[in-house]
Amino acid sequence: MTPRPLSFMVNGETVRLLVDPRRHLGDVLREDLGLTGTHLGCEHGVCGACTIRLDGEIVRSCLTLAVQCEGARVETIEGLSDSGEVADLQEAFRNRNALQCGYCTPGMIVTAQDLLLRHPEPTREEIREHLSGNYCRCTGYHAIVDAVAATAAGRTAKGSAAA
Amino acid sequence: MSAKLDTTGPTGLSELDRPNSYIGRSVPRPNLTRLTQGRGQYVSDVVLPRMGHVAFVRSPHAHARIVSIETAAAKAAPGVIAVVTGRELAGVCTPWIGVLTHLKGLKSAPQHPIAIEKASWQGEAVAAVVAQTRAQAEDAAELVAVDYEELPVVTDMETALDPGTPVIHPELGDNLAWERLHVAGDPDAAFASADHVIEATFGFGRHTGVTLEPRAVVADYNAGDGRLTVYQATQAPHMIQNILAKHLDLPESQVRVLCKDVGGSFGIKVHVYADEVATAALSKLLRRPVKFVADRIESFVTDIHARDHRVKGRIGVMNDGTITAFEIDDLTGIGPYSMYPRTSAIEANQVVNFTGGQYTCPNYRALARVVFQNKNVTCQYRAVGHPIACSVTEGLVDLAARRIGMDPVEIRRKNVIPDDAYPCQSSAGMKFERLSHQAALEKLLDMMDLEALRADQAEARRRGIHRGIGIASFIEVTNPSAAFYGVGGARISSQDGVTVRMDAQGSIHVASSVTEQGQGAEAVTAQVVATAFGVPIERVRVVTGDTDNTPYGGGTWASRAAGIGGEAAWQAGKVLRGNVLSVAGAILQAQAENLDIRDGLVVDAETGRERMPLDEVARIAYFRPDTLPPGVQPEFVATRHYVPKRYPFAFTNGIQGSYVEVDAETGFIKLLKHWCVEDCGTILNPQLVDEQVRGGIVQGLGPALYEHCLYDEHGQLLNGNMADYLVPMAFEMPDIEVGHVSTPTGESELGAKGAGEAGTAGAAAAVMNAVNDALAPFGVVLTSIPMTPERVLRALGRV
Ligand code: FES
Ligand code: FES
Repeated sequence: MTPRPLSFMVNGETVRLLVDPRRHLGDVLREDLGLTGTHLGCEHGVCGACTIRLDGEIVRSCLTLAVQCEGARVETIEGLSDSGEVADLQEAFRNRNALQCGYCTPGMIVTAQDLLLRHPEPTREEIREHLSGNYCRCTGYHAIVDAVAATAAGRTAKGSAAA
Repeated sequence: MSAKLDTTGPTGLSELDRPNSYIGRSVPRPNLTRLTQGRGQYVSDVVLPRMGHVAFVRSPHAHARIVSIETAAAKAAPGVIAVVTGRELAGVCTPWIGVLTHLKGLKSAPQHPIAIEKASWQGEAVAAVVAQTRAQAEDAAELVAVDYEELPVVTDMETALDPGTPVIHPELGDNLAWERLHVAGDPDAAFASADHVIEATFGFGRHTGVTLEPRAVVADYNAGDGRLTVYQATQAPHMIQNILAKHLDLPESQVRVLCKDVGGSFGIKVHVYADEVATAALSKLLRRPVKFVADRIESFVTDIHARDHRVKGRIGVMNDGTITAFEIDDLTGIGPYSMYPRTSAIEANQVVNFTGGQYTCPNYRALARVVFQNKNVTCQYRAVGHPIACSVTEGLVDLAARRIGMDPVEIRRKNVIPDDAYPCQSSAGMKFERLSHQAALEKLLDMMDLEALRADQAEARRRGIHRGIGIASFIEVTNPSAAFYGVGGARISSQDGVTVRMDAQGSIHVASSVTEQGQGAEAVTAQVVATAFGVPIERVRVVTGDTDNTPYGGGTWASRAAGIGGEAAWQAGKVLRGNVLSVAGAILQAQAENLDIRDGLVVDAETGRERMPLDEVARIAYFRPDTLPPGVQPEFVATRHYVPKRYPFAFTNGIQGSYVEVDAETGFIKLLKHWCVEDCGTILNPQLVDEQVRGGIVQGLGPALYEHCLYDEHGQLLNGNMADYLVPMAFEMPDIEVGHVSTPTGESELGAKGAGEAGTAGAAAAVMNAVNDALAPFGVVLTSIPMTPERVLRALGRV
């Protein structure tokens, strides 16, 4: 298993690494780049804790081999936080106590942002359905649905005020 | 929503109405912003210099003698630091036995951090490989050749005590770990004279916690200091300190346990796991940091499981609805060992203690038997015993109501302990200070709008859609005193301590012995201290989870952090206020009792007029003490401890309601809506209480419908991964309405009781009753959870 060179863009920075072909992106983000905001809950694609954005699409970093990301653009919770893109979602999660232990939260926020970009005015049902690949053991989901709905409403109000 | 404090409580509640009080307000938790940004620090994130990673070789057999272990190939593999067997590790770590003296007769066998002679469940560690990376450790673990001689496997708890069944630990004589018989009143006479006696057998599948962050520990033995520092996601740092010191032959003062962010606990992370002790022992042996993070497959076979009870229940009832007797025969399989140090007999004990506890019925017989089997160990998980006691009680009550043609609400109205009957004692001997079953029931009916629901149900029935309504009242044990563990000889503290300190800018530093795993213990502590002392909450910083830097205490489990840790924080904050005011009085030449601290300012207590800011008091005390009058020595630090004394536990109560739809063709159950009313006494932070209840309910709904650790007859776990073990996800879960009745405990000034397990206690019972209501026209009753589609269809005779 010879390490292979990998060059990709992570949160706007170009990164060059040597990685074992068998390693998944989640491990490389966490271990090689110290981006520990991406969490691992199952490493078999079920829990959604490791969700990140790859070339604009959300993917499970535990199911993505790092070497598949050559030339790609990766965004993690750290990048989305610093750019301010999800600031309103984060604020809504905080105000609604939509996280307890917080381990699912980065994946939830990345997934919720994906929904809101596609469907700015989702129903509660649609929110629940879109988040159905993200496991949360603490909250029971109700507060998370509330927080995403509140963010959607806030963005819509802002949009119509601007128009 | 805002909660109103019940100011009619028995003691000192007016104290809570201090100006700018945060008590009863939904203040957001201070640590959330960091967690939403992915800037938490969980144990899985911890990296230390020279750190090795351990992977365990685990037994593929449920019961097997270890004949030999060949490690040469593994030792030669790339990156490998050491390969260690149980026998080698025994040189640095002594074994333990998970018993408590107050659970009379409880027995278990000595357990080693790594198995030596034989493996007793599938997944028990038999060797450890430490390497530079986890991947290398796992690669090398595959090269460890273990020769096993398979032994007969005991899986079925029903036959575990049969004479023909092999005994797992021959030295113990049989597979019975513990048994308890409790009789109150005259159950035989009551059953004999009851108008009706109804029997049912209830089943509670094994399930587990599935914390999203698996168990994790980083142990760092520094041979230079002779000191072990352990980063561990645990609910009880001082307990872990004690246990590691004891078994690794270190003084407690040479063991520091640090608990940072924890990715979910729920009781899973309050126990002493063999592989975690092994990690600490490996660090001592190898004189370098060692990290262990369970992967998901390991979690399923080694995180404690819960429940696995079969309960035969009987209820006696008169034609007028009076319940005259309860009887239960509980059998539970706990795996091959009683877990250390809290034991695996507590759940059965609580089933005996809580069954029928909502009702006035004086006649009760309970038998509980706890047996060994070759499956993963079971132990205390959120709402220990509660869902079992509640489902059996409330299931029987519904069956009794049905038999005599009484409304399920009416039979409860008639039999619950009246709100004016306290203090009193249940037939199991539980002491109740003051509960509110009647008020909670009426409030629930209001919230559910039962009439409208029944109309909807009838209308749906006409369209061939089967909807059902279920309710279930419950009691919950919180704020435990030493009665839980201390009296049984375990060094598990039931008291907690809080130290508060004013810094040079007038900010407050708080160190509490309770821990934070997401329930908001730090936030509540900050609210309480800010209120007691008199500063804006932004000026309070709370530290938990560090045995070097917090007072000694129990931690966070059994719904105790707010009620016990909160009261210690309240008392400490008040003492510090007094200390600061006595110095301010000396500076201002005023009587301390005429001053107060409000919003960070020293003010006249009478008028609220500002006298001086806190940072000015701090400046003088810390930098110009020479200007203070002679004899004035500022003590801007105070510590208080607290433990409830009058009652062994603060019982709370509540009631849940469920509305479901059952598809009689597919067997699928859809949760339409769920309600809960609970009474945790004084509500310190309404939002946090509500979310504890909601999260708890969903942890009860999962096992009601989906969660089940399925073993085959060879003791192999068949669904030990997240794809096959079904957990509740957002789409299947209903919206949950939460309401409150507030009956503060008179034991403490705050009056807070616990709320963390209320949701889990009653959720399954409410759903089971709702499902049976939906299926009533078919004349079938389900009494086993999870209520899978297959079980529904079987009950309906359709498969
Ligand atoms: S860790 Fe990737 S889906 Fe669970
Ligand atoms: S907040 Fe703990 S898993 Fe979601």
